[in-house]
Amino acid sequence: MTAPRTLYDKIWDDHLVHEDKDGTSLIYIDRHLVHEVTSPQAFEGLRMAGRDVRRPEYTIAVPDHNVPTTPDRAKGIENEESRIQVEALDRNARDFGVNYYPVNDIRQGIVHIIGPEQGWTLPGMTVVCGDSHTATHGAFGALAHGIGTSEVEHVLATQTLIQSKSKNMKVEITGSLPPGVTAKDITLSIIGETGTAGGTGHVIEYCGEAIRELSMEGRMTVCNMAIEGGARAGLIAPDEKTIEYVRGRPHAPKGAAWEAALAYWNTLYTDEGAHFDKVVTLHGEDIAPVVTWGTSPEDVLPVTGTVPDPAEFEGGKVEAARRALDYMGLEPGQRLQDIEIDTVFIGSCTNGRIEDLRAAAAILKGRKVKDGMRAMVVPGSGLVRAQAEEEGLAEIFEQAGFEWRMAGCSMCLAMNPDQLAPGERCAATSNRNFEGRQGRGGRTHLMSPAMAAAAAVTGRLTDVRELMPETV
Amino acid sequence: MEKFTKLTGVAAPLPMVNVDTDMIIPKQFLKTIKRSGLGRNLFDEMRYDEQGNEIADFVLNQPAWRDAEILVAGENFGCGSSREHAPWALLDFGIRCVIAPSFADIFYNNCFKNGILPIALPQEQVDLLMDEARKGANARLSVDLENQTITTTDGTQIGFDIDPFRKHCLLNGLDDIGLTLKKAAEIDAFEGRAQAQRPWV
Repeated sequence: MTAPRTLYDKIWDDHLVHEDKDGTSLIYIDRHLVHEVTSPQAFEGLRMAGRDVRRPEYTIAVPDHNVPTTPDRAKGIENEESRIQVEALDRNARDFGVNYYPVNDIRQGIVHIIGPEQGWTLPGMTVVCGDSHTATHGAFGALAHGIGTSEVEHVLATQTLIQSKSKNMKVEITGSLPPGVTAKDITLSIIGETGTAGGTGHVIEYCGEAIRELSMEGRMTVCNMAIEGGARAGLIAPDEKTIEYVRGRPHAPKGAAWEAALAYWNTLYTDEGAHFDKVVTLHGEDIAPVVTWGTSPEDVLPVTGTVPDPAEFEGGKVEAARRALDYMGLEPGQRLQDIEIDTVFIGSCTNGRIEDLRAAAAILKGRKVKDGMRAMVVPGSGLVRAQAEEEGLAEIFEQAGFEWRMAGCSMCLAMNPDQLAPGERCAATSNRNFEGRQGRGGRTHLMSPAMAAAAAVTGRLTDVRELMPETV
Repeated sequence: MEKFTKLTGVAAPLPMVNVDTDMIIPKQFLKTIKRSGLGRNLFDEMRYDEQGNEIADFVLNQPAWRDAEILVAGENFGCGSSREHAPWALLDFGIRCVIAPSFADIFYNNCFKNGILPIALPQEQVDLLMDEARKGANARLSVDLENQTITTTDGTQIGFDIDPFRKHCLLNGLDDIGLTLKKAAEIDAFEGRAQAQRPWV
């Protein structure tokens, strides 16, 4: 009889190609997602060595980071460097014969949104991408993590990755979430609790009633930010919701293959008694709508709170908090809800899915963006955009005064023209509030889509519960 | 990849926690399709003002540390994005070794693919080396990978841990892909087994 194993252990074991005595292992990769920023040097490396892509049919490429999100983008990319990078991906995808969704394809979008949307991401798989938010795909019970460009080249050439096994960490969210509290609040609250290095060296399994109650979109939001807690990967055991999401997707198995897959997927859970090296438990009832106040995702507080005093911290964090407040232009003791904002950004691989747009639209319906503010919605994919138009969400956004954009990473990392100006303060549904992340000198407050919509209406950080209908 | 064996050089002190990869190399420099040339923009937003002039008090702009080959920093160095442009920028600037209490996983991994040695040490030892680094060009650190030691100018020696496989690759400048392709038969065999176990993949 084998010892009880975690979900991570099981996926690891089923992908182990080779293990050295010191634990250095070769892991097989089922899906390799590729975007234009972290891949050109890898394809160039293949060319120089005369190597092919070992499994082009398992490789999926899409331009997302650099692409403009204005409707006129079909005319081409103005920024020369961005254009060269996207053209390089066009060429590399063609030359090496990998699956490709070019800019003008309606299925184009953020790599972590379209992987699940097209059914490329399936339970029990190993998924990698030259992007730290690859953890998103863990929502399907897949082992998914970000890699560097050298590793991208390694996976292209060999379909494997050299890895040492991580430790197991369990994050349990018990009970149910109160009204107005979302997956984003869960994931930010976890990072607030554990810190940005709390998961370093671990793979996190999220579990508990509050996680089970989340939709697949919500679970993707939670796993997406595993990296912000230091963990390379976060995953959630597949269940009925997972299977229903996957069923019928273009690249999901069909017929007898579907039945065989179901039988395998039903074995993907952590065995009773399996060992976790680290366990963190949060109570769903205790989680509030949160926002970040600083320049690290761990700088998170309930929106009802006040800006902390750097002196309250310890060690290197004292200086970090002082620097953060200086950068953010905030004073200790200031009420978070008094902080006025200039811009609202709804989108990204964290919160650019249909459910996110529905949540924001529910707050915006019949309301207007405060005068003088800039607000934009960037759907995560062309198909999310089309669905939102069909559901009438686009109309709600536009009537409220939001710009309705084309799909891409956009202002999450501001590699395209969507950027903050120095000092501009943004309520963002993305994943990083680092200095300069959304544009040099730009000030980012991270929050859920509903909270960002509420901020757009009032022009300041706002407790979304004040704008919610009484019956939820 | 260039080998890493021994390095004696000036160490620059950067006593900040959570130095993220956006700080190391901001996104506007990720648009390159090359690996080289990023050193000029290493720590760009801390190093230059909006007009592109050097910010005098940033450590790498000070005469003592302009040619630093080692960086000593606070915990969770390299957190954030997976961009390998971060180690490429460090390398292009001339930094071959980073010492910190802890590193983010992906950055740590990326260093080894580029001939950079990241060394994690307990906070007290990093504090001691940070004080050494503050002395500038008068206090060069010697890093010996074979013997896994860091030696200060006054002879203080500090040992460090490193994964044996990574050490071997770094000492010999080995290319991972070449090593893995030697296991092609095992990869083929795995694909055969996987096809039977998970044919829908």
